[in-house]
Parts: sequence; C-alpha cells; structure tokens
Amino acid sequence: MGRVVVNVMPKPEILDPQGKAVNGALPRLGFSQFVGVRQGKRFELEVDGEVTDEILAAARRAGETVLSNPVIEDVVDVYAEPVHATSDEAGR
Amino acid sequence: MLTGARIGVVTFPGTLDDRDAARAVRLAGGEAVALWHADADLHAVDAVVLPGGFSYGDYLRAGAISRFAPVMGSIVDAANGGMPVLGICNGFQVLTEAHLLPGSMIKNDHLHFVCREQVLQVENVDTAWTRLYSVGERITVPLKNQDGQYVADEHTLDELEGEGRVVVRYRDWNPNGSRRDIAGITNAAGNVVGLMPHPEHAVEVGFGPDGPRGPRTGTDGLRFFASVIGSLVG
Repeated sequence: MGRVVVNVMPKPEILDPQGKAVNGALPRLGFSQFVGVRQGKRFELEVDGEVTDEILAAARRAGETVLSNPVIEDVVDVYAEPVHATSDEAGR
Repeated sequence: MLTGARIGVVTFPGTLDDRDAARAVRLAGGEAVALWHADADLHAVDAVVLPGGFSYGDYLRAGAISRFAPVMGSIVDAANGGMPVLGICNGFQVLTEAHLLPGSMIKNDHLHFVCREQVLQVENVDTAWTRLYSVGERITVPLKNQDGQYVADEHTLDELEGEGRVVVRYRDWNPNGSRRDIAGITNAAGNVVGLMPHPEHAVEVGFGPDGPRGPRTGTDGLRFFASVIGSLVG
C-alpha cells in the first residue's frame, strides 16, 4: 500500500480566522515565541501498491480540482510518504 | 393562486431549509418540486432553489462535496442555458464551488455562528429573483451562518461592482466580515443569484422577523420567489 500526502493552505492574502484564533491562544499557554499561525489541511490519499508518477499526477489534479478551492487556497505540497502499519492493521 | 410555475428545491444530505424554501415558493404562488441530490433529472422545473443548511456537514469546504452531486451537473447546464437558479446560504456556497458565481465563503471573521435579523440594501433589481424590489430598498431577513465571509480578489470585486452584479449588501452591521459588505451577487446574465441571508424565512406573517406592523410580521423575503415566478409566467 502507498500513500500520497496533499497539503493545502489558505492563500497568503486571505485572512485565516482559525489561525488567528490559535495565534491568540498560544501566548495564554506560555508559547510567546510564535508571532503568527496559519491553519491548513493535510490529506492522505491511500493507494494499492506503489505510488507511481501517474498516481502523483492524479493526486496533483485532485488537489487542484477537489481538495482545494483556488479562490481561497493553494496546494503547497504533493508527495509520496511511506506507510507504516498502524496497530489496528497489525492486529488483523 | 397557482401560476403553473414549477420551482425545484434541491435536498442534499445535511440540507436544512428545503421545506422552508418549498413553503416560500408555494406562498408566492408557485408549485414546489422536490429535487434529490442523487437524481440528475430536473423533472421539467422552470427554476431551481439551492436551500441552506450544512450539506455533507460542510466537510472539505462548505458546499464543496455537494457541487459534485449528480443533480448539480444538470443544474449547471440549465443555468448556463438561462434557467433561474437561487442559492441561499449553503446554496450560495454550492454555486461558488460549482463556478456559477465568483468568489468563495470562509469562516466568519469573528469565528462565531451568527443568527440575527439582518438589514440588507437591494442594489440590483434586474435579476430573475429581485425584479419586484426597488433599487436602494432596505429589507430585513434572517441571517444564520458560520462560513459567511464572502471573499474574492480585488479584480473580481471591482468587476462585480463595475457590472452592477452586487445584488444585496449588508447594512447597519457587516455580520461576517464579507468584502465590501457583499451579501449576495448575480452572474452576468442575471439568472443565477446567490446570497447568504435567508429570504425564505421572511415570507409569512407570524413566522418572520419583526416588521413595521409588529413582531414577526416581516415578509420582505417573499418577493425573491414572487419575482422569479413573475419572470417565468411573463
């Protein structure tokens, strides 16, 4: 089994209300070293077998057309990632 | 009073206001036809309302998954052919995701769900859905949303303003941080309109917002539905 990761972030010029709220909460917990937070989305697309170039290309297309809305978001990263068996799968 | 106009109201999984929209259609004199998201057949309707709610739980992005429902393919084709389409709240989000209207909606700037009686100013009365209003008229309809902040790039906003495609604007208070107080817009042809506030909740005395005649007497939303019926039957 293989996995493709697609990372989506709000466009830099779009105000990110969620990131702003998180940014406001961090200093209250003592994290005063961070001056800004932006919150995005990580998608993990699972495939049977190896992640080929075709599959990466398909993941990029899915990223641009479904997983992100180009009006407000950018696909910042698409890459293959090794899949480690979870404890759930190992127990089967 | 039945005019013979058949107005489809779409139900997606998670739609909330389909019954209210159908009721508004009937109160305006039309026949409400229930359309199902998984059925691409529009059942010979003359116009379509995409009602509010949280289709697919707003997963991915509000309206993003509904956009790929079988019924949406037929609606996009029909809208491009001139059929009137109204998207309310989540329906507006579906219309932007389907690229029938420009821009998008993100979380309210203050992050809270907002539910209130909202004053709007009508700016475009040439659309299929607003021809019974007058330019500059102020109306009050309920507003309730979480992802209601309308955003688009400056070029798109200038284009919308320049072409008079802002249909309604927030007045007294901008409840969600929408760019340029935009509450609703139309496509260039004027047959597709989307707005965040809910005209279908202000259509019958006793059930709407407070109005000049007393508490819950506001029916300012009814003319959206009467307008389209008027455009259909002549």
